[in-house]
Amino acid sequence: MQTAVRTSLPETELASRVNFAPHARIVREVQTSGLPLSIRGLRKSFGSNEVLRGIDLHIPAGQFVAIVGKSGCGKSTLLRLIAGLDKIDAGSISFGQDTQPKDIQPEDIRVMFQEPRLLPWARVLGNVEVGLGRDRTSADAHARAEKALAEVGLADKRDQWPSVLSGGQKQRVALGRALVSSPRVLAFDEPLGALDALTRISMQRLLERVWRDQGFTAILVTHDVAEAVALADRVLVIEEGASLMMSWFTRAGRASAARPSLRVWKARS
Amino acid sequence: MSVIDSVSLPRSLRLPRIDGLIQWIVPLAIIAIWQVASVTGFVPTRVLPAPSDVLMAGWKLLLSGELVRNIWVSFWRASIGFLIGGSIGFAFGLANGLSQLSAKLTDTTLQMVRNVPHLALIPLVILWFGIDESAKLFLVALGVFFPIYLNTLHGIRTVDPQLIEMGRIYGMTDGELFRRVIFPGALPSIFVGIRFALGIMWLTLIVAETIAASSGLGYMAMQAREFMLIDVVVLSILIYALLGKLADSASRVLERLTLSWHPAFQKR
Ligand SMILES: Nc1ncnc2c1ncn2[C@@H]1O[C@H](COP(=O)(O)OP(=O)(O)O)[C@@H](O)[C@H]1O
Ligand SMILES: [Mg+2]
Repeated sequence: MQTAVRTSLPETELASRVNFAPHARIVREVQTSGLPLSIRGLRKSFGSNEVLRGIDLHIPAGQFVAIVGKSGCGKSTLLRLIAGLDKIDAGSISFGQDTQPKDIQPEDIRVMFQEPRLLPWARVLGNVEVGLGRDRTSADAHARAEKALAEVGLADKRDQWPSVLSGGQKQRVALGRALVSSPRVLAFDEPLGALDALTRISMQRLLERVWRDQGFTAILVTHDVAEAVALADRVLVIEEGASLMMSWFTRAGRASAARPSLRVWKARS
Repeated sequence: MSVIDSVSLPRSLRLPRIDGLIQWIVPLAIIAIWQVASVTGFVPTRVLPAPSDVLMAGWKLLLSGELVRNIWVSFWRASIGFLIGGSIGFAFGLANGLSQLSAKLTDTTLQMVRNVPHLALIPLVILWFGIDESAKLFLVALGVFFPIYLNTLHGIRTVDPQLIEMGRIYGMTDGELFRRVIFPGALPSIFVGIRFALGIMWLTLIVAETIAASSGLGYMAMQAREFMLIDVVVLSILIYALLGKLADSASRVLERLTLSWHPAFQKR
């Protein structure tokens, strides 16, 4: 269903999606479990170092957005603010519709980092169960963790220690842990940055598949422009000084070489 | 299976259980050489009695019940002293590792006390406690305290902050965070502390029992010296060595059981 919408939008409708035409948004929201996300005038400084100088951004529910930019431009900072790991200096981040902001649960938003951050002293399944948050002790915790593990293709590794897994497998366990609570927003901070090229390609396929299956809103930070273009509906560039330059990319256009699939313009300067 | 594996010795030709036995080859060889040197008169028995003589002395003491009683007394002192000093050290290590305030309050003081060799306190301890049990327990506890304190503190401080952040993101409470992330992360370091502490425990006990005691292995050795029973002196020393080895093995077994996740303890 979702794919059908994405691939069959005519050119005009593509343009309207880009401009957040209301009907386009509604179409997506009916089909997704994701939360929309609005960022207004977001600022963040570390001491005298002003990293984010007023970010404005709206991400429709269920969209896959990639954020690219030079190292040190504040991508991780933005992601950590979205995930609620650091305090906002000024501006706001709100989830849900603007008119009726929802009370979000901690389990609704999950982050995945470049390092898998697995507990070395817990078996693979135990590590996935960590992702259940407060539901960790519920009766179906085991079953849910096993399902998430199967989703990332590691059902047979459930009783292994993390130390015997390869880098790609560890990252898949981390993905399973992030998925197990069925999050509505999933933020990735260079999740494939430490993997070799071939593993990265298969991980990209996996990310795209789980995103299609589960319909969460995905925010991917990466320094790899090709990866951003391959995965995302929409690519954002954070520039020096953290003004946002926006690039639009559509999945529908990707297959066709005839028309320009990447359109870039400056949203702010 | 690699090519190298398949051309190496077939299983039946390899020595069975060689890993468990290999560590005893050197001690047994030393005892054998020692026995030969004594029997041939190369080493006079006044200097060092033959292992067989030491064994005989041990047998006699065993029959009289004296050996078991003294070993038991020493073992009891070592364990109780270790438990007291170890728990206090562990508690301070936890407190100072988890709380900035607690660390600011006590760490400097503890570091200062640490620089006093605890055996230098023996005269003072004798004045305080006489040659009572509490004197030995106090010294052992004091000696054991520092390695456990320092390594617990170090273990907790060096837990990967990314894992702690992960725990918080996934909604762990403080208690869960401690149980599931901080304590397991600090455990390898705590075991290093325990192994150090076991060494210090025996050292302290030997010295304390030699100087101020009316029972125990150290006392037995001192008594034997007075009566020129050199075989009993050597026997006491060997028993200390054995007990030390036993304590170390016990902590290794515990380590292997609790750290089975650690790559260093995994069977290939
Ligand atoms: N906790 C922090 N304390 C101080 N400075 C920080 C902190 N986190 C990030 N910074 C600074 O903010 C800037 C952006 O960092 P980051 O968001 O990690 O960049 P990116 O992920 O795009 O490479 C860098 O200059 C970095 O030094
Ligand atoms: Mg970064």
